[in-house]
Amino acid sequence: MFNIYILPVIAFASMGLIAGVLLTAASKIFEVKTDERIEQINSVLPQANCGACGCAGCEDYAKGIVNKNLPTNLCKPGGNKTASAIASIMNTASSEVVSEIAVINCCGDCNATASKYDFVGIETCLAVKRFYSGNGLCSYGCIGYGDCAQVCSENAITLSDGIAHINRKLCIGCGQCATVCPNSLISMIPESAKTIVRCSSKDNGKTTKLNCKNGCIGCKICEKNCESQAITVTDFHASIDYSKCTNCGVCAEKCPVKVIEYPVK
Amino acid sequence: MKELFGIMLAALLTDNFVLSKFMGICPFLGVSKKASSSLGMGVAVTFVMVCAAIVTYPIYYLILIPLNITYLRTIAFILIIALFVQLVEIALKKLMPPLYNTLGVYLPLITTNCAVLGLTILNIDNELSFIQSVVNALFSGLGFMAVLLIFSGVRSKVETADVPETFKGVPATLIAAAILSLSFLGFSGLGN
Repeated sequence: MFNIYILPVIAFASMGLIAGVLLTAASKIFEVKTDERIEQINSVLPQANCGACGCAGCEDYAKGIVNKNLPTNLCKPGGNKTASAIASIMNTASSEVVSEIAVINCCGDCNATASKYDFVGIETCLAVKRFYSGNGLCSYGCIGYGDCAQVCSENAITLSDGIAHINRKLCIGCGQCATVCPNSLISMIPESAKTIVRCSSKDNGKTTKLNCKNGCIGCKICEKNCESQAITVTDFHASIDYSKCTNCGVCAEKCPVKVIEYPVK
Repeated sequence: MKELFGIMLAALLTDNFVLSKFMGICPFLGVSKKASSSLGMGVAVTFVMVCAAIVTYPIYYLILIPLNITYLRTIAFILIIALFVQLVEIALKKLMPPLYNTLGVYLPLITTNCAVLGLTILNIDNELSFIQSVVNALFSGLGFMAVLLIFSGVRSKVETADVPETFKGVPATLIAAAILSLSFLGFSGLGN
């Protein structure tokens, strides 16, 4: 009786006890102090893990706020609601999120420009870009294989006529597309901005015109007409300083090639 | 000495746990996406295997046999393995948080990794001595790690390859695993 039933129980109970004592000792030795605020912040974050804040996911950002004093207003998908929730957890003054949106600075669709060669191979913009700066006549324009659409977690980017289009309603402003575009055509601008230059060509006006009907020729008419000096022409294309732009739309009106879009669709 | 060498060779190549005995397939497919995480998993499994072999040997011969309760060895061994997995987990959380995060759920899953339990039971079944058991554990763990590393390399190629739509993802991975297993079959007969 004792040998069959009780002895095994005693043997296992004592083995379990020893194991338990060992584990308790180990957990004391290797104790990791976690701040409970990390868990709280993580629970108010949207868990989109988009990386717009510059951290590797929401949990990393929560740790960053507590351990590295990161600003509380970096979460773009969460917006002001999340920012104020984090600020109240951290007991700091709430600051507003500057919500940004991705725009593509190119309008060279297949009606306006043509290809240098037919590409056969791995169908990504990055791969095409390696061969003679891409297959488009304009080597600065949208390659159109949709690397940006691939990384977009919100499916906000669609491809049509050989060029990427960003749906403003779906864009959460994470900036993933801006980092993968091999031609750096996508820029992050304030959500309130209404004026966009749809060309990034660094070729001179004549070459641009030859390569693409829609391109910016760098005539500087917009620069001369802008009252707030927000728009400047560098490298033969116009670019807007959104901290100065008043969204008046004069530049778009005066542009002879209509490469400045206002108001944005 | 010659016998030990045979055990090493068998554990590493001919009787490899993953590719010949088909044990420990779960982490083999789960954490072999990146070389760094498969290395971490390999080290963790090797550590648990060696510790489990060292502890289960005396437990079997000094406790279970004298008490005549060898039928309870599976439970006893799982208890020991769980103990060491928990130790590894606690230590990793403190010492290497990035590795802890990449291994994720697969770390506690070592507990039920049949390669570890299989090793301790096979050590007893094959009537290996204490030294032989430990050597077998060490080299089985290293064999496990080697296969994981090789497979992470294979997977990085498979991921960028132009695979037909039907085979994308898991099927392609399983086919690659099968081919790797076939190639390890080429080691059989080695050391005879």
